[in-house]
Amino acid sequence: MDNLMLNVSNIQTFIGQFHILEGVSLEVPKGAITVLLGRNGAGKTTTLKSILGLTPPREGIVEFKGNPIQGKRAYDVAAMGIGYVPEHRAIFSNLSVAENLKIAERKKGDLDKKADFIFELFPDLKRLYKLPGNHLSGGQQQMLAVARALVPDNDLLLIDEPSEGLAPILIQQMMEAIRSLSSKTTVLLVEQNFRMASQLAEYYYIIDDGKSVQHGKMADLVNDTETVHRYLGTAVGALGGKR
Amino acid sequence: MAELQTQNVKKQKPGLFKQNQLAIIVLVLLILFPFIMSLITGQPANEGKPKFWEGQFINFFIMAVYAMSYDLLMGYTGILSFGHAAFFGAGAYTMALWLTHFAPLISSQYKITLPGGMDITTTLLFIVALLLVLIVSILMGLFFSGASVRVKGVYFAMITLAIGEAFHILSKATDFVKWTGADEGLHGVPVPLWINPTQHRLRFYFMALFFMVVMYLFLKRVTESPTGRVFVAIRENENRVRMIGFNPATYRSLAFVTSAIAAGLSGAMFSLWNMSATPSMTSAVTTINALIMTILGGVGTLIGPILGAGLMQIFSQFFYQWFGARWPLVFGLIFIALVVFLPYGIVGTYRLRKQGMKAGWTRFTKQFSAKK
Repeated sequence: MDNLMLNVSNIQTFIGQFHILEGVSLEVPKGAITVLLGRNGAGKTTTLKSILGLTPPREGIVEFKGNPIQGKRAYDVAAMGIGYVPEHRAIFSNLSVAENLKIAERKKGDLDKKADFIFELFPDLKRLYKLPGNHLSGGQQQMLAVARALVPDNDLLLIDEPSEGLAPILIQQMMEAIRSLSSKTTVLLVEQNFRMASQLAEYYYIIDDGKSVQHGKMADLVNDTETVHRYLGTAVGALGGKR
Repeated sequence: MAELQTQNVKKQKPGLFKQNQLAIIVLVLLILFPFIMSLITGQPANEGKPKFWEGQFINFFIMAVYAMSYDLLMGYTGILSFGHAAFFGAGAYTMALWLTHFAPLISSQYKITLPGGMDITTTLLFIVALLLVLIVSILMGLFFSGASVRVKGVYFAMITLAIGEAFHILSKATDFVKWTGADEGLHGVPVPLWINPTQHRLRFYFMALFFMVVMYLFLKRVTESPTGRVFVAIRENENRVRMIGFNPATYRSLAFVTSAIAAGLSGAMFSLWNMSATPSMTSAVTTINALIMTILGGVGTLIGPILGAGLMQIFSQFFYQWFGARWPLVFGLIFIALVVFLPYGIVGTYRLRKQGMKAGWTRFTKQFSAKK
């Protein structure tokens, strides 16, 4: 299919002896936000890591823009144009904001080209440009982690739990940012916060016990309280209903 | 961004002198030093006291480059290698072996002259020696990084220590006594006359100073380049470097090779300066010296190791005079005190406390102005 950015088919991933992913299949269409939903430990983060090659799948196919990338080294996959924003604000904490962004340059001048766009999304970063990463608050670090993935020309962004541990107002800001960057790239998002996910994403996949069990359009899922209840738990289910 | 850039440019252009004011003043002082000494003592710059002091500084310049090369690995890239003396020794032995065994053989058979009739054989052979040192250093760097690419942490330190010791044993192996002089080492290396450190001390002084300045600028350029940023990022978190799309193994090798080149060249200079190459240059003590100099001055800076090398030079020279053979004991106590009170080294602690010290100074001066 031409309009597919990423095609994952039946990947099996082991971490040590543990069979973590037992058949995850995804189709991520170009230019939209797709969200991975599921309980803690369902295998969402491992799916992202398997796509990038940090935990290489033992079986299955991963195609990025039609080219198979399974079995490739993570740094090669990343250099093909996949940006990864790991969970827990993975910045270089002893480097300044500027250095954190500069290091992600794949071509000279990448940052100069993208700087305006990045500062528009995250105005805070401009003010904090010279500060070391560990002087930033949690939310600012998360923004920096997302911003870093925007510096090179990435066609696909894998973003893991951007709302984790953020205050509601920051979640709102992060949501706006992700929404506006989805006009430039494709986004595959992992998100526990169902309300945020339901407002952002166009498509969803539910992962349960290492398998992709259900997928479709977000608009349909929001009304399907039973599925939400079954796979995502009651609390978020109730929130989803209130949308 | 455009705004940020113009700010930078505006700051940098007139700042070239202003920013490096201190460095330039120090450099000018170092250039004038032999002549100042000769004025003070009334002896010519190539004899007596000035000659002794130039010797002290030559040693310092060479060790400063060696310490900087170690800091590129330890301070910038976060690679704690215990085999650094192998790089230093490899440079020293390459230079000494070439000058002792091969260069005389070649120059006795061939003569290369310029059209004017000037004999440039020794000069050419010396340039070949430098190239050989470069090649050997690069190979050593690749060998070290290749042998240790799969191990981390303590195991990495052990492997580098083992390889370093292997080279130390090789350098004093009796099997090669004809070539290397085994335990004795190579002495009386026929250094080209025009840079002979005993006859042309002043010339050698400027050569060593030039060597240090050039290597400093080279390493500064490396650490401020995009590659240098990846080095620092590897120190911070190797996995995140991988996520961004860089192969950490490649960059670790690059760091090793760059560091080996600097260390190898400083070793070669050291063998020219001492006109010898001995197994002590490849021993673990030489590695530990690099570690001490770097920690004293400040890890993760280039000025730090230079300062550390200077302190080390002062300690080793004068403590021996003051305390006799027990000087390492006193030095050890001072070293412990420095690590406890200046945990980031002299430069590192200064940078950390700069703001606080400035504020304290203004409070201090304000008191006096208030009293007036």
